Amino acid sequence: MFRKAKVSRKNHQLHLMLIPGFVLILLFSYLPIVGLSIAFQDFNPIIGFKELRWNGLDNFHYILSLPDFKPALRNTVVISVMKIVAGIVVPVVAALLLNEVRSALFKRSVQTIVYMPHFFSWVILGGIVIDILSPDQGVVNVILGAFGVDPISFLSSNAWFRYVMVITDQWKEFGFSTIVYLAALAGVDQGQYEAALMDGAGRWRQTWHVTLPGIRPIVVLMATLSLGSILNGGFDQIFNLYNPLVFETGDILDTLLYRIGIEQAQYSVAAAIGLVKSIVSLGLIGLGYWLAYKIANYRIF
Amino acid sequence: MHLISRPYRAFLIFNYVFLTFIALLSLFPILNVLSVSFSSSSAADSGQVVLWPVEFTWKSYDFVLQAGEFNTAFVNSVLRVVLGVPLSVLVTVLIAYPLSKENATFPQRTLYVWIFVFTMLFSGGLIPSFLVIKQLHLLDSVWALVLPVTVQVFNVLLMLNFFRNLPKELEDASLIDGASHWRTLWSVYLPISLPSLATILLFTLVMHWNSWFDGMIYMNDVGRYPLATYLQSILNMTSIPKTNLTLEQAILLKSVSSRTARAAQIFVAAFPILLIYPFLQKYFVKGLVVGSVKG
Repeated sequence: MFRKAKVSRKNHQLHLMLIPGFVLILLFSYLPIVGLSIAFQDFNPIIGFKELRWNGLDNFHYILSLPDFKPALRNTVVISVMKIVAGIVVPVVAALLLNEVRSALFKRSVQTIVYMPHFFSWVILGGIVIDILSPDQGVVNVILGAFGVDPISFLSSNAWFRYVMVITDQWKEFGFSTIVYLAALAGVDQGQYEAALMDGAGRWRQTWHVTLPGIRPIVVLMATLSLGSILNGGFDQIFNLYNPLVFETGDILDTLLYRIGIEQAQYSVAAAIGLVKSIVSLGLIGLGYWLAYKIANYRIF
Repeated sequence: MHLISRPYRAFLIFNYVFLTFIALLSLFPILNVLSVSFSSSSAADSGQVVLWPVEFTWKSYDFVLQAGEFNTAFVNSVLRVVLGVPLSVLVTVLIAYPLSKENATFPQRTLYVWIFVFTMLFSGGLIPSFLVIKQLHLLDSVWALVLPVTVQVFNVLLMLNFFRNLPKELEDASLIDGASHWRTLWSVYLPISLPSLATILLFTLVMHWNSWFDGMIYMNDVGRYPLATYLQSILNMTSIPKTNLTLEQAILLKSVSSRTARAAQIFVAAFPILLIYPFLQKYFVKGLVVGSVKG
């Protein structure tokens, strides 16, 4: 008892340590949430916050009347779903293949190469993608040309743009995403393999009956957690690669929000889009975590 | 001695070939543009460069490094890293330590954790954040690039989980000996947390070096752009602006094209990341596994 009291008297130190963190998130996370109230106003950047002109749901009605809104919403969901599916299938397959490699040197070399793009920003990778896909000088079209294919403007083509986004997104992330699955594969109980071997199961059946069930929880977990990103679509990537020719298939909510908010300075309208996006995302994240908890018994902390 | 069946042997051969192909495919775009940056403008512009530089030259790099704006942007990036990374690591540790305590000793813990985690789940978004920076008169200040990203909740959770997995006896012994929490954190926890500290330090470093969007919206003055933002603005132009060139650059322009100059810019900006890549690979992988698969 005496020891407990002596220790807990030091608790004010714990509170003190938290002060810088609290001040920072109060200013830069919670204050902007309060600032979302301009979504219900006709906010004028010149007048500022001195004089508030509330206009109810006008901004939300205005958004629905924007011709760009519905395509942007559709593109966001389509691109995100494509990316989420690819973002599970590709890394899982890659991890399964890497797991069969016996040579540690070979495995490490492959990992070193495929992890690398993860650490570059979309500014750098976007610059590389723009260069290699350029219709007249880019190496992709030079190679295609050697096979008699006419140059393709991948980044200005509504037929290609979404696929380019999914493929280049995988280029950046698939290697890094394998880490989680490789860790899960390393954790599969070795005794089960021996038991399967005793039962006369070959390599394929071992993979099917032991390996896949072994990593199923982590796959389910990653799938449910990715629900929260459905309204994202990847601003950094798309902003650095898109152009007006592909707005029809490539414009997403975040890029639309940027053009309305920053380029046209319609703060209230942009804030209204942001508010809807944040609320729906919160709901989806909540759903994802609830599912993750129910199915895979996962908790974030 | 394991018996390897013939179909499995065939699979293994296929597997090595396939993985080699995938690795080379991942590397290819980077190698190609790197080769472009070292090629002569005529070779690059006529689409001759595939895997090796054609008519090898450093001139594109000379051209890029001559640009005053480029060097200013480089210095701005170094500044945000030097200010931002230590501050972020310090604040992260100061949040993670108290929140790693048991509920029994620190009853407010659960509430406090939620206050931080909520910021990951719900944000005010672009416009309100911009208005806050504006109201705080931080536009065009390096602090606009540092303060809003100081608290990275993901890093806090990573550090918090690491602290929680340390033996409880360490803390008890230290506190009962009369040490304060500050002292316990500094002399007991931190010395044994170096790998985790390295992980969050590298996370933060890469985040700062790569961030470009905050520079674009919070800096009106192009002279205050960090390198990533400057590069973004350059890559969006169709050709190199022919104004503001130094005499040396004007001469170099004869043997440098927009394409080779842009390729060189990409790799000068990527160079610091490549330089620390061996450490990144080591600690990121460890950190990610520690953070996601908890004991």
